Amino acid sequence: MNLEYGPEYEDFRTEVIDFCKEYEGISFENTSSKNISRSEWQKILIEKGFIARAIPKEYGGFGGETDIIKSRIIATEFSKAKIPGGMGGQGIDMLVPTLLEWGTEEQKQEYIQPTLHGEMIWCQGYSEPNAGSDLASLQTKGELKDGNWVINGQKIWTSTAQYSQMMFCLVRTEPQAPKHSGISFILIPMDTPGIEIRPLVDMTLNAGFNEVFFTDVTVPEGNIVGKRGDGWSVANSVLGHERGSLADPNATMNRLNTLINMMKEETIDGRRLIDIPSYRDRLMQVQGKVMANQAHSLRLLSSKINPGQNVKLGGMIQKLVGTELRHEMEALAIDVLGEIGTLYEETPRLKENGSFQFHYMYFLGLIIGGGTNQIQKNIISERGLGMPKEPKVQEAS
Amino acid sequence: MYFGLSEEQNQFQDYVKKFLSDNVTVDEIRKIANGDDQKLHEDIKSGLMNLGLSSLLIPENYGGLGGDLLSAVSIAQGLGTGVGPISFAGSYVMAPIALSLGGNDDQKDKYLPKIASNEIKFGVGLSEYVASREDSGIELNKGKASGKALFVIDGDDADFFILSDKGGTMFIVDRNEKGLEIIQLTTVDKTRLYLELNLKNVKAEVLQETENNPFVIQKVIDAGRIILSADSLGASETMIEKAVSYAKERKQFNRVIGSFQAVKHMCAEMAADLEPCYAMLWQAAHSFDHDPDEARLQACQAKSHIAEVAKMVSKKATEVHGGMGFTDLLGLHYWFKRIGLNRQILGGPELVREEAAELQGFNQ
Repeated sequence: MNLEYGPEYEDFRTEVIDFCKEYEGISFENTSSKNISRSEWQKILIEKGFIARAIPKEYGGFGGETDIIKSRIIATEFSKAKIPGGMGGQGIDMLVPTLLEWGTEEQKQEYIQPTLHGEMIWCQGYSEPNAGSDLASLQTKGELKDGNWVINGQKIWTSTAQYSQMMFCLVRTEPQAPKHSGISFILIPMDTPGIEIRPLVDMTLNAGFNEVFFTDVTVPEGNIVGKRGDGWSVANSVLGHERGSLADPNATMNRLNTLINMMKEETIDGRRLIDIPSYRDRLMQVQGKVMANQAHSLRLLSSKINPGQNVKLGGMIQKLVGTELRHEMEALAIDVLGEIGTLYEETPRLKENGSFQFHYMYFLGLIIGGGTNQIQKNIISERGLGMPKEPKVQEAS
Repeated sequence: MYFGLSEEQNQFQDYVKKFLSDNVTVDEIRKIANGDDQKLHEDIKSGLMNLGLSSLLIPENYGGLGGDLLSAVSIAQGLGTGVGPISFAGSYVMAPIALSLGGNDDQKDKYLPKIASNEIKFGVGLSEYVASREDSGIELNKGKASGKALFVIDGDDADFFILSDKGGTMFIVDRNEKGLEIIQLTTVDKTRLYLELNLKNVKAEVLQETENNPFVIQKVIDAGRIILSADSLGASETMIEKAVSYAKERKQFNRVIGSFQAVKHMCAEMAADLEPCYAMLWQAAHSFDHDPDEARLQACQAKSHIAEVAKMVSKKATEVHGGMGFTDLLGLHYWFKRIGLNRQILGGPELVREEAAELQGFNQ
């Protein structure tokens, strides 16, 4: 056991801390005196090598080596200093790594730099009304006609569709092939005629998602990433990336501290919530889980820099455990606030801007999304514990 | 940066696991638990002791290996996997730490080398300091101890006992001392024995550095909690393995039951909750060894969290085995009961969580 990163990394930490001091109080709000645009901020972070570190310079990245310890130091210090990190989203987190692995030189040149700079926003067109957990049964159809893909069908759960310039989309192009090998990965400009976006309001009352309809949407043949029928493999090369990012341990720790502070401030009959034994015991239970997960994330980090350290199962549980824990933590905040905990939207007596209710519901969404937690349990039991798959049933007519 | 057990620690753990799986089958555990075969029990004890367990935490200048708590954790995990029917947490972790931190030079010279060489053995009884139940509790008066100690750990065939008064002053009592009555308690877990000690004006050798200094007893309790958690973690690991392999073999409705999602999901839930416990435990041991400010909170939280997860695992793994899980024949209950015992010793989850809250100033 050695939790030291070493002097080289401690120097780097000092550099990050100095950077955080320099930009202390920075804000994307127009009203702030330290206003900066997201795109400008993005460029500064890339230039320092704080984000897009391993992405080659010619595509707009920093052009360095992947350094997972540096990434961790950056995340930790930014989180402590409350400095905004780099932009996330489907484009940066999912499309860029996909293009680096599967894209043509032309596609890399065209899409990666504007995506990294936050000038090109992407949405993901995977799920369909009849293709949820069974994603590979998707039916949105793409036909090659006169050197163009002509696309018809419908996608759902498409977050940020209304702000996006582009969509990366799974389309069935080989209807005769078995379901997993009949899919292609196609890039679609969102201003193409024939695309209709309808907002889908979720239980938080935000239109966090959309439905997207395609009627004879026509894009050039060259917008395919990988070969025809390779779409399932192309998409799966980054799904793993998304699952790991759904419940960030730094964010979980910050939320726990928010909860603890709230329980020290709020009272019942003049008594602090944290002084009420049953509430305090639940808090301590949640803290135990958070500590276990913090330690586990260190073990996972260690396994990435020490080849031979086997934590195969450990990597599979993150989405399941992380999302359930966040949901439980927000539920505790609501319970200790009692009636006050039910306040939401614009109202007197609202606490923490309604964020406990919001996250309570939002994390229920994440328990379902990104591969439901039941699907996660199938993955853990089948791939992690070597248990057999459910036998295939004859298709019901 | 490396977060985990070292190669050496993993190897040591593997020796323990291998010894137990080669030599201690469920049938043998049953014989030992029922007290049917003393010789078998002695053979197993000496086999395990030959691996060097008694010298692990004894400092090198007293003839030991000078190992740290993380090394002891790696052993305890191994012992838990096979419900190793020997003393460890009290005799070879808590006692050496109590003597190393709390003893004066004479006391260290007198006892530590003999523990290392397995000539003498200590039992440890600190339950009253954690939470005094019924009429337990000991008073020290001019070198004489009176009162009762409950749930003395590893007290069977111990030559000496380390006990404490209510203020955390620790002292040694010789098993043969006048006024000491030893009563065996029968718990659900018969793989290890627990004692009640009844003291009437018994000669007590105070560990000098523990007088008016609860720091030492706290460290000893932290170490004990971490080791008991490691034992439960190991036992949970085996229960999951047994459940998964049973589910892959047992057939109902013309399928192995492990292909039903109801069963698979129980196994996934056990594995998902247990997996972070490894890191939590190792971090707690590492803090004990290197980061004293964090150590007590982490020991409390590890004791609580791992006890809760282990309880869940012990229930679900039994359920996966169906009716067979409920039988004595299969012997799964030895792991179930070991987890049940570890959970209560040195503070159950609610008690240690309350202690964790206190440490952070959360209850005023």
